[in-house]
Amino acid sequence: MNNLFRSCLALVLVAMPIGMVSAEGVPDLMFPVPEFANHPIPTASVPHTEGEVPAVWDIAILLVALCLASYFTLVSRSRKSQLALTIACLLWFGFWRQGCVCPVGATQNVALAIADPSYVVPVTAVAFFILPLIFTLFFGRTFCASVCPLGAMQELIAVRTVAVPRWLDHSLGLLAYVYLGAAVIFAATKTGFIVCRWDPFIPFFRLGGNTDMLVFGGSILAIGLVVGRPYCRYLCPYGAILRLLSCFSKWRLSIPGDTCVNCQLCEDVCPYGAIHPPTVKQTPESRKRGKRQFALAVFAAPVVIASFWWVGSTLAVPLAMWHPESRLAEQVRLEETGEATESTDASDAFRGSGMALEELYASAISRRGEFTYLGGLLGVWIGIVVGFKLIHISARRQRDDYQADRAGCVSCGRCYWYCPVEKVRLGLITDISEVLPDGKTLVPLSAVRKS
Amino acid sequence: MSDANDADRRKFLIDGIRVAGVVSAGVLGGFLAGRRGQAGETRWQIDPDKCVGCGNCATHCVLDESAVKCVQCFDMCGFCNRCTGYYTLDGLDSRDTAAEDLLCPTEAIIRTFVEGKAGQNFYEYTIDTNACIGCAMCVKGCALMNGSLYLQVMHDRCVNCNECAIAIACPSDAFVNPTSEKPYRLKRVAEGVIRQKAGKKDTAAQLLIDQVQSSE
Repeated sequence: MNNLFRSCLALVLVAMPIGMVSAEGVPDLMFPVPEFANHPIPTASVPHTEGEVPAVWDIAILLVALCLASYFTLVSRSRKSQLALTIACLLWFGFWRQGCVCPVGATQNVALAIADPSYVVPVTAVAFFILPLIFTLFFGRTFCASVCPLGAMQELIAVRTVAVPRWLDHSLGLLAYVYLGAAVIFAATKTGFIVCRWDPFIPFFRLGGNTDMLVFGGSILAIGLVVGRPYCRYLCPYGAILRLLSCFSKWRLSIPGDTCVNCQLCEDVCPYGAIHPPTVKQTPESRKRGKRQFALAVFAAPVVIASFWWVGSTLAVPLAMWHPESRLAEQVRLEETGEATESTDASDAFRGSGMALEELYASAISRRGEFTYLGGLLGVWIGIVVGFKLIHISARRQRDDYQADRAGCVSCGRCYWYCPVEKVRLGLITDISEVLPDGKTLVPLSAVRKS
Repeated sequence: MSDANDADRRKFLIDGIRVAGVVSAGVLGGFLAGRRGQAGETRWQIDPDKCVGCGNCATHCVLDESAVKCVQCFDMCGFCNRCTGYYTLDGLDSRDTAAEDLLCPTEAIIRTFVEGKAGQNFYEYTIDTNACIGCAMCVKGCALMNGSLYLQVMHDRCVNCNECAIAIACPSDAFVNPTSEKPYRLKRVAEGVIRQKAGKKDTAAQLLIDQVQSSE
């Protein structure tokens, strides 16, 4: 159609003089560029790349923020300083740098760089991915506490939260690992960076966005008012990695052990359900039941992994359809067989590009094969996570005092902000009895344990 | 005794895993940073030869006002009186400036008379970048003739998202990742001419070519 119109137009306009071809003119233009007596042909100009923060600065700022966060959490134990850092990081990484680059998204850049050696991975993305991991291995999730802009948004609104039931908390927590697995395979196959696409806070950082993003971000924020950090706990793929790593951290936020007065304030105030009370002594009966449960979980794990592997491999086609080229191949096939009567922009563009149909089909078919394997891998990953979770929750642990969960604690510092023992240490009060209602006394935990 | 042994074993295991974690993170970082070679940071850009002018650039950018704008490559322009990038097909004959005769919805194309020659009038078409919304109406129109109008991601506006929202919506896979030192693309046919101009001490052409990544 376009070609027909083009030739008609050329005929109509054939009267235009064509004798003014400049010597070095572009060869295959429909109309030559004229030469003017006193008007040189201007050259198009394009604006310079502006507002770019040099990579070194980005990395240096992240490093300083991580050091400060770890210092405030572990050494000075000051929630006020942490909050100030949280707000500063939210302003810088969130509103000024507009949420890019962030470690959560950088996970995908790293995955793609490993899968595809030709991909030029930005050095900031690599540094943003690696640095918080290393800090977490030493200091716990201090990155989540006060550096991450996504965490900061939720941290600041988590003021009146309710406790999520344990079973729900455990089940929703699995979502993050599924999301992580999916993000990695989609990034590695160049299907897309789904974590960036569904970053709930980007529209707030950029003060604008499309409706889907605003609705999603708005609902996460709304949920965040009653459930502490819903994105961090149940979706964040980077948080999932950090949860694993912080189990092996050298130091981490801790609640004073021996001086604990058993006031329960820390457990009540933790919006993330990350503080576990001391365990009660088990009866022989419950011990037996627990052992049986544990054995069952250990035997169930391989079955769970195998079944998730099977489910994952059968999902090859829907997974592959996330890739734009596979969608294009399907659309073109439907058009060729006459099932689709209307062409899309993409199929028109494909026909205009002169690429062979067989080539497109072959690439789509090979991608489907790839996704059979990758889907299986994703299934195995989910299976391992679910299986491990089953074993983990059926294992009984002995706790003599209040302890922060190694994985779930984001080191926000609320627990020791409220802790009366800490208040004494800071010199805010001289004795714990000052903060107690009249006539009430607290029994130190060490005394309870002895009795 | 066994409790102490247990605690020791546990500590040893945790220490081992931590050391392994730090070492592997370091190795991965070093490996990825080393493999990048000399390539710098990247920016998003449109390959004008692949662009089909679908209009997604105007609507899919995360910015309120899209970072994509139209560029006029004068060295490809015919300076036509009957410009199919400026006028709608119905407007080509009347050639008045009534809104319904113009393709551009925001009047971002400025038409100025240059010269009359051999009974033919020549007009220059420049883009008012502040008014342009990157809708590609003119790009599609101009593609019928010389194709001198094309879209580019303007890097004074683009926030360089990790995954460009327009790239996801692009039907012709026209979004590419050139380096941030040379973040623009020229139409392949125009590149030779601009290079020649730059060779003749044309500072504007040199400035342009400095920012343009060769299509090869």
